[in-house]
Amino acid sequence: MFRFSVNRIWLLLLLATGITYWLGESGQVGHGGIGPVLAIFGMALVKGWWIIEDFMELRHAPALWRRLLIGWLVFVIGMILLAYWLALPDRPLSVS
Amino acid sequence: MAGDLAVWLIILAELLAFGIFFLSFAFARLQDVELFNASQRTLDLRLGGVNTALLITGSWCVVRAIKAVRADACTAGVRWLAAALMCGGGFVAIKIMEYSAKWEAGLDLSTNTFYMFYFLLTGFHFFHVLAAMVFLGILMVKTGQRRYGSNDYHELETGAAFWHMVDLLWIVLFPLIYVMR
Repeated sequence: MFRFSVNRIWLLLLLATGITYWLGESGQVGHGGIGPVLAIFGMALVKGWWIIEDFMELRHAPALWRRLLIGWLVFVIGMILLAYWLALPDRPLSVS
Repeated sequence: MAGDLAVWLIILAELLAFGIFFLSFAFARLQDVELFNASQRTLDLRLGGVNTALLITGSWCVVRAIKAVRADACTAGVRWLAAALMCGGGFVAIKIMEYSAKWEAGLDLSTNTFYMFYFLLTGFHFFHVLAAMVFLGILMVKTGQRRYGSNDYHELETGAAFWHMVDLLWIVLFPLIYVMR
C-alpha cells in the first residue's frame, strides 16, 4: 500500500470518510448499482490497511501478524461485498 | 512489534468476534433487505461520519504521542494523549446522543433485526471505546509522571495498539451499518 507520512495519512483518512459520507448522503449508494458500495468498501479497505501498517506499526512487524490483520480486513470486507451482491435483485456479473 | 504480545492476542480475539458480528449483519440483511434499508434511513449519517473523523483523529493523536515520547518529549506526549482522549470523549457524547434519540423515538433492541444488530454492534464497540479511554487515561498520567521515555515506551505502544483496533473496527462498522444499502 502507498506510503505517506502519518500526517498525510490522517488527512487522507478524513478525506475518504468525507467521500463515504457524501456517497451515502447524496443517495448514490443504493441507487447506483454495486459501484458506490464497491467504492465505500474499497476506501474502507485502504483506510484499514493504513491503520494496520502505519498507525499500528505492523508494516515492519513479523509477516505473520501483518498477514493476520490484513487478512482479517480483506476477508471481512470481501464477505460483506459478497452478501451485498447476493442481495441485489438483478446481480451484475451473474453467470445465469 | 509495537506493544505487548498479550494485547495482540486480545486484538486477534476481538477482531474475530467483531468479524462474526459484521458478517452476521451482512448475511442477516439478505433475509429482509427492504427492512434493513428502511431502518438504516432512520440513522443519522452525519453523526456517524463525525464519529468516524473523531476516531481517526484520536488514532492520529496517539501516533503523534508515541513519536513525542520516543523523542523524550513527554509534555508533548501528554498533550497528544489528552487530545486523543478528547476525541474519544466526543465520540462517546455523540453516541449517547444517538442512543437517546433512538430510545425517545421508541426504538430499541426488540424493534426489528436491523436495530438488534445496530444496538448490539455499536454498543459492543462503544464499551470498547470506553475501555480504551480508561487505558489511555492511565497512560497519559504515567507519561505526565515521566515514567516513559526514549528507553521505555512499551506500555504506551501496548495501549496504543488497542486504541487503534477500536478505530479499525469502526472503519468497517461505519460503511456497513450507516452507509451500505
